[in-house]
Amino acid sequence: MLSESKNNLRYSAVFTVLILLFFFAVIWNINTGSVHIPIPKILSIIFGRNASDTTAYGIIWKIRLPRLMLAAILGGALSLSGFLLQTFFRNPIAGPFVLGISSGAKMFLAIVTIALAGFFTNIPVTVTILASFIGSMLSMLLVLLFSGKIKNMSMLLVIGIMISYICSAVTDFLINFANDADIVNLTHWSHGSFSAASWAEVGISALIVIPTFIVIFCLSKPISAYSLGEGYAQSLGVNVKLFRVMLIILSSILSACVTAFAGPISFVGIAVPHIVRIMFKTSKPIIMVPACVLTGAVFCMLCDLLARTMFAPVELSISTVTSAIGAPIVIKLMVSRRSKNES
Amino acid sequence: MKADNSKLSLDKLAVGYGGNALISDITLSLQPGEILTLIGPNGAGKTTILKSITGHLATIAGTVFIDNENMKMLSGKEVATKLAVVLTDRIKPELMTCRELVAAGRYPYTGSFGMLTTHDNEVVDRALKAVHAKDIADRDVTEISDGQRQRILLARAICQEPEIIVLDEPTSFLDVKHKIELLEILRGMAKKDNITVVMSLHEIDLAQKISDKIVCIKGDRIAAYGTPDEIFTDDKIAELYGIEHGSYSALFGSVELSRPTGAPKVFVIGGAGLGTPFYRALQKTDTPFAAGIIPKNDLDYPVAAALSENVITTEAYESVSDEQLAAAKKLIDSADYVLDAKPPVGEFNGYVEELRKYSKDKLSEVIK
Repeated sequence: MLSESKNNLRYSAVFTVLILLFFFAVIWNINTGSVHIPIPKILSIIFGRNASDTTAYGIIWKIRLPRLMLAAILGGALSLSGFLLQTFFRNPIAGPFVLGISSGAKMFLAIVTIALAGFFTNIPVTVTILASFIGSMLSMLLVLLFSGKIKNMSMLLVIGIMISYICSAVTDFLINFANDADIVNLTHWSHGSFSAASWAEVGISALIVIPTFIVIFCLSKPISAYSLGEGYAQSLGVNVKLFRVMLIILSSILSACVTAFAGPISFVGIAVPHIVRIMFKTSKPIIMVPACVLTGAVFCMLCDLLARTMFAPVELSISTVTSAIGAPIVIKLMVSRRSKNES
Repeated sequence: MKADNSKLSLDKLAVGYGGNALISDITLSLQPGEILTLIGPNGAGKTTILKSITGHLATIAGTVFIDNENMKMLSGKEVATKLAVVLTDRIKPELMTCRELVAAGRYPYTGSFGMLTTHDNEVVDRALKAVHAKDIADRDVTEISDGQRQRILLARAICQEPEIIVLDEPTSFLDVKHKIELLEILRGMAKKDNITVVMSLHEIDLAQKISDKIVCIKGDRIAAYGTPDEIFTDDKIAELYGIEHGSYSALFGSVELSRPTGAPKVFVIGGAGLGTPFYRALQKTDTPFAAGIIPKNDLDYPVAAALSENVITTEAYESVSDEQLAAAKKLIDSADYVLDAKPPVGEFNGYVEELRKYSKDKLSEVIK
C-alpha cells in the first residue's frame, strides 16, 4: 500500500515535469529561429492575438505554430504507435520504422509519383499524403495477414522486417529507371521533415490522431491484460483474436498518419516508450498511453528544434536528429536491460 | 447431459490441433473441491486437453460443461469469473511488481479502466497471503525465483475468485521443497474453499498423493480414469509410461532404475530398511546380487524385489521355513562374497545370525 502511494506520487511528479517541459518546448520553439522574437511578444501574439507586428505575427501563426503543433501531434502518435507495436510483438525493438511501415509508404509513393509524372510537374501534397498513407496501411495489412498464420511473435517481427526490405528493393528498382526530375518530390519526402506544415495538415492529423488516442486510452485495461501474454489475456475474458487486429490497425493508423505528413521518422517509436518506462518505472498502459503521447510530443518538438537550428540555415532532416539521439538511447537501454536480466 | 451438481464435466470431448483429433472420447466429471491430475508420458497431450478445457484451443468434438452449462455458451467474462489458469507460458512483464501481477487477476471484476477498489485490494492481499508471498509483493516479477513465480501466478489465479483452477505442470522447474509447498497450497484451496483443481503433473508420486482423481493419457485415448488407488498399481504405471527398464513402486510412489542382470555375485544380508542402501549401491555398479531373508512386510522388500531377481522372502508375519533357509544358503554358496547390512537381531529373526555364521569366511567388510 505504501509503495502504491509512492508510485502515485512519482506519476504525478513526472507528469507535471512533462507538462512543464511541453510548454517549455513550445515557447523555446517559437522563440528560436532566424528571426528572434522575445517571449513577452510571443505571449501577446499567441494569447492576445496582437497583430501589430505583422512579420512576427505571420512567422508565429503561419510558420512556427503549425510546425510545432504538427511535430507535437505526430511525435505523440509515433511514440504511441511504437508502444502498441512493442506490446503486440512483445519485443522491445518493434516499431513502425522497423516493421516496414515507412518503406511500404515510400514504395507506394514511388509508384504513384512515377505513374503520375506525365500528368503533373509538381505532385500535389494531397496526393503525396494519400499515397503514403495507403502504402503504410498496405504494408501493415500484409503483416496482419501473416499474423493470422504465425503465432510466434519473433518470427512475425522478422517477416515485418523482410517486408520492409522487399519494399525498399522495389523502390530502389523504380528509382533506377526514373528521371531525377520526376522523383524530386519522393526524395524530398523521404528525408522526413515537419517543415512546410500548414494548419490544414495540423487539423487533419489532429482529427485522425486524437480520436485514435482516445480509443487506445480506453483500451488500456485489455492492453494490460494482453501484456501478460495471450494465454492469460484470453483466460481473463479478452477476445484475443479481435484485440490483435485492433492493436495492429490502431498502431498502423497512427504511424501511417505520421509517415504521410512528415515522411519516415526513425527511432521515435522505439526510443520514446523505453524512455517513458524508465521515467515512470512502470509499464502500466493506463500511464504509458498518455505518457508516451506527451513524451513523444516533447521529444519531437525538441528534435525538430535541433534539426532546424543546429546547422542553420541548413535544415537537417528530422530522422537525422531523432536517430542521432534515439539510437544511442536504445543501445544504452538494451545493454543495461541485458545485464540486469542475465545476472 | 443430466443435471447434477458437478462443477466441471467433459462429455465425449475430442481435442487436437487444426481439426485433427489427437485424443478423443474424454468423459469425466468433477465435484466442487476435487483435484484431478492428468498424467502420462511427455507429448501425450496433457497440455492439449488442458488448453481445450480452458478454451485456449477449439475443441474438435464434444462439450465442456461448467456448472452444467456448455462453456461455449458463456461469455469470456463469465468464464473468467469461474475458471482461472496457471500456464507454462514464460511471461516477462516489464517493470511490474508481484502485487501488480496478482492484481491482474481482478480483471473480470474491475471497471473500464481497471482501477482497483478497496475490496479488490483486500482480495489481492488474501491471495498473496494464501500463497505465502506477502513478503515479495513489492519485488519486481523478473527478480523472483521460479518457485516464487509459480506461487505468484497461482495467487493471480486465486484473485480471479474462480471455482475451477487449471494448472499446466505447475511443479516443473521447482525443487522438492517448493513442489510440496505449492501442492499443499492447492490441496488447502480445494478442501477449504471448495475450488476444483485440474492439473497436469510429471511427478506421478506426487500425483498419487494429492489427487482425488487421476486421468492417464496414452496414445489417442484415456488409458485409465479413476481414483489414485485404482490407477496406481505397479503394472499400470509401468505400462502407461512404457517402463521396460527400471520399475515403479505404487505403494511408495518411488522409482527404481533397471536391475542388474546375471547370476548373483553378492549376497546381502538385509532387513529393517538397512539393506536398501546396499541394494542401490550394487545397482549403481551394475553388480547382480541376491538378498535375504526379507519378509514381504520388511522395509527392504520393495527395493530388493525391484533390483534383484533373487530375493529370498517370507510371507508377512510368517516364520522362515527350512526350505527358505536352504535356498538362502545356496545363494551364499554361489556368491563371491556376502555383505552384512547389520540388521538388528531380535526374537523373530534368529535366521540372520544363522546366515552370518554360515557365510563367515565370505563375509567382507563394507567399503563405502
